[in-house]
Amino acid sequence: MVLSRIASQSDVSVHSTFASRYVREPLPRYKMPENSIPKEAAFQIINDELMLDGKPRLNLASFVTTWMEPECDKLIMDSMNKNYVDMDEYPVTTELQNRCVNMIAHLFNAPLGEAEAAVGVGTVGSSEAIMLAGLAFKRKWQNKRKAQGLPYNNPNIVTGANVQVCWEKFARYFEVELKEVKLREDYYVMDPEKAVEMVDENTICVAAILGSTLNGEFEDVKLLNDLLLEKNKATGWDTPIHVDAASGGFIAPFLWPELEWDFRLPLVKSINVSGHKYGLVYAGVGWNIWRSKEDLPEELIFHINYLGADQPTFTLNFSKGSSQIIAQYYQLIRLGYEGYRNVMDNCHQNAMVLRKGLEETGRFKIVSKEVGVPLVAFSLKDNSSGHDEFEIAEMLRRFGWIVPAYTMPADAAHVTVLRVVIREDFSRALAERLVLDIIKVLHDLDALPPSHHKHQETPSPKKSDLEIQRETVACWKKFVLSNKSVAANKNKIC
Amino acid sequence: MVFTTTVTDSDEQLHNTFASRYVRTPVPRFKMPEKSMPKEAAYQVINDELMLDGNPRLNLASFVTTWMEPECDKLIMDSINKNYVDMDEYPVTTELQNRCVNMIAHLFHAPVGESETAVGVGTVGSSEAIMLAGLAFKRKWQNKRKAAGKPYDKPNIVTGANVQVCWEKFARYFEVELKEVKLKEGYYVMDPAKAVEMVDENTICVAAILGSTLTGEFEDVKLLNQLLEQKNKETGWGTPIHVDAASGGFIAPFLWPDLEWDFRLPLVKSINVSGHKYGLVYAGVGWVVWRTKEELPEELIFHINYLGTDQPTFTLNFSKGSSQIIAQYYQLLRLGFEGYKRIVENCTENARVLKEGIERTGRFEIISKDVGVPLVAFSLKDSSKYTVFDISESLRRFGWIVPAYTMPANAEHVAVLRVVIREDFSRSLAERLVSHIEQVLQEVDARHGHVSTDASYISPAVEENNHQGKKTGAEKREEEITKYWRRLANGKRTGVC
Repeated sequence: MVLSRIASQSDVSVHSTFASRYVREPLPRYKMPENSIPKEAAFQIINDELMLDGKPRLNLASFVTTWMEPECDKLIMDSMNKNYVDMDEYPVTTELQNRCVNMIAHLFNAPLGEAEAAVGVGTVGSSEAIMLAGLAFKRKWQNKRKAQGLPYNNPNIVTGANVQVCWEKFARYFEVELKEVKLREDYYVMDPEKAVEMVDENTICVAAILGSTLNGEFEDVKLLNDLLLEKNKATGWDTPIHVDAASGGFIAPFLWPELEWDFRLPLVKSINVSGHKYGLVYAGVGWNIWRSKEDLPEELIFHINYLGADQPTFTLNFSKGSSQIIAQYYQLIRLGYEGYRNVMDNCHQNAMVLRKGLEETGRFKIVSKEVGVPLVAFSLKDNSSGHDEFEIAEMLRRFGWIVPAYTMPADAAHVTVLRVVIREDFSRALAERLVLDIIKVLHDLDALPPSHHKHQETPSPKKSDLEIQRETVACWKKFVLSNKSVAANKNKIC
Repeated sequence: MVFTTTVTDSDEQLHNTFASRYVRTPVPRFKMPEKSMPKEAAYQVINDELMLDGNPRLNLASFVTTWMEPECDKLIMDSINKNYVDMDEYPVTTELQNRCVNMIAHLFHAPVGESETAVGVGTVGSSEAIMLAGLAFKRKWQNKRKAAGKPYDKPNIVTGANVQVCWEKFARYFEVELKEVKLKEGYYVMDPAKAVEMVDENTICVAAILGSTLTGEFEDVKLLNQLLEQKNKETGWGTPIHVDAASGGFIAPFLWPDLEWDFRLPLVKSINVSGHKYGLVYAGVGWVVWRTKEELPEELIFHINYLGTDQPTFTLNFSKGSSQIIAQYYQLLRLGFEGYKRIVENCTENARVLKEGIERTGRFEIISKDVGVPLVAFSLKDSSKYTVFDISESLRRFGWIVPAYTMPANAEHVAVLRVVIREDFSRSLAERLVSHIEQVLQEVDARHGHVSTDASYISPAVEENNHQGKKTGAEKREEEITKYWRRLANGKRTGVC
């Protein structure tokens, strides 16, 4: 416990926080302050600054869960001080992770025997999961090539141009070439035929997305599997598939169980899913499941033995909190199949309500499909009035909504969309309110003269801290929006 | 909100949790259950199982923070639903990260101008931080070799054998060779002279540890810098240094500010520190700071522009919670230099009390030094009748988790117990631990002649349980679990950071 002996001023113990001197001093930004301050003051100062952040539940840009039941919040707080990696000290928490891995593996129809343990791991998010999966593919391919006496210094991976930025990170950091299948207008996912064409002997895997970030669409993994099987027969390269089911992994099994995209397809060797998207847990948990032990090269695994049964650990992060793993287990047993199905059904219905409301305005074209992640991506039918989707997004902020606007990647960079993600906590009432607010915004924009989309930044003289603070929020938004209009830029929200 | 239409069972509404059927059905382990269950039942089932985990505050194996002030807990809970990576939506949270990076960079004497922004990033822990630092070194070295027309396919990194496991991970995953300087009895950190000898043209950096996991010792970074500067002058290789200050980074600046280990030494190009160790935040935050922009190759950075000034983002993880970053800023602001200093002074004082208590038993030899991370590492003077592993096991009965480890090569015959003194380990707890150790010593003495089954820790093979006696089946299994678990987990060199 900190026994801080602050200077002997009556200030501290008697005055309320806003009467004390701590709220009139400038905040430390570059260097640690010399002295301590009372905890109430510290709390208040930080809490107040954070009021200027967006509201998580109105952040319609994000797939990541923003609400959990209070019972789960309690479990989370209770385990906040447990370092997950201490498997020796917290065996039950480790066991809960294993149970989650098994449940998710079964959800994805992994070919497991009755009491056989699944091969998989909990991660901090799909980024780490994808890097681990990619590492496994890379190592496996390298070993295969070495055994054949062929060069192994030029691995590549085939994906669509709609991939989330973490695939680019994986490629850049682990020195794998990224071969992207370009999109085109009205076809915003990876074309399986073009993908299979691009596969060569250096391809470590083909990555398909179940739930594209841009419009929520599910890629046709079955078709990809069939075409790739043919090519593999012809070439003997045995190229595998990885499914990035970050969003879709917790949706497809409940809403469309007959859709074959998972381990039912023989070439699918690993799947990642974000626990913190439709797994319905707060940010900070993802999962990667491998088909079988053979798909995870031994040399990558650090071994821990648990009661005689083998427990491989293979993660990039080491120390991390246990809260999200426990929360994931809570959700899996609290909701079960029935509960997840109900939640996804609700999301889907609410997405349809929003979609219909937007269509009825007559001003928008809906870009997202009905089968996919529950989101609505829409663009203006007519941009000739001189206003575009970025302005709509900006004006919706006035009402508190955060609705992002993006341009599609190559080769459909001329198409801009607005996208609303329907999460568990986005009720029908909110959907209807959003439609009303969008209609209001359209009226307001119609009344305004056409404006230039690119916002110029004038070079400014030295500003006071408060001005800088205000400009921060405004310019920040503008810069990010203008960055998003650059064709080569990818959607950085997952 | 989930509107579960469950079966018409009076069970849910009327009966309290332990009267309902949910506590008598087996808990789902392999497959998701078909049906939902009430939230109270789910909470209770999980909460009860978790009672069998160790108590985090009595976990003396870990450096990672286990207590924070309630005000901070409140900030943490309020921001649990903020996805840190949404910089557009949460600009204040992003700003708080930047402030932390700047504060930590200044703490480490990074050569930044008055209002110049430091180069650094918040990570999920020192593992990610080290991987990012290592990636930067690797890429820089590769570019240099390519420009000189030389081969660049065999990078290596020089460290001591006492490194934490994340360096091995970095080496294995990013295809860099790990050249380890072996330890020897009585010298449990990296020898700077031997390290510099091992440096060759393929060395991307030399990694020194400030606060070795095993004994808490600080490596002599100044000497390493000196010797490496000499070698660089002769060879022209320009080999840099990285300091893994995971534990020591939030200790040395407060207790030993004159100790030169950070950016004051010209060859130190990047430093990582764990916010969740002596940064006094719960598990889940680390920091890496680079000396200047030049140390971080542009091609690794994904760019976001912040008010015209450059904001590079370079992390392995993407979505993650914001809570720990906010908590770190809370601690930096709330405590300030003065507060951190007092806390670390307290820890050191309590470590001294513990050390003296252990010395007084006359049975132990203290391995840890006085200058270093506040921990006490001690080994038995006489291990013939029982080992430190037996003592560690017996202490569990009192609730204490005190790990026992053997040293890495070439000192594997030395086994130690290690107690880490964290912020929340008060003097009264230290005195209580000493009295329990004394009790345990009496017990194992009385059991003289008992053959330890823990003697050969190296093989992870399953061993027989020698402890017969009046125990129920469940108790026996429980005991077996903890024993196997620990024994087999000891097969990993250092499992905790």
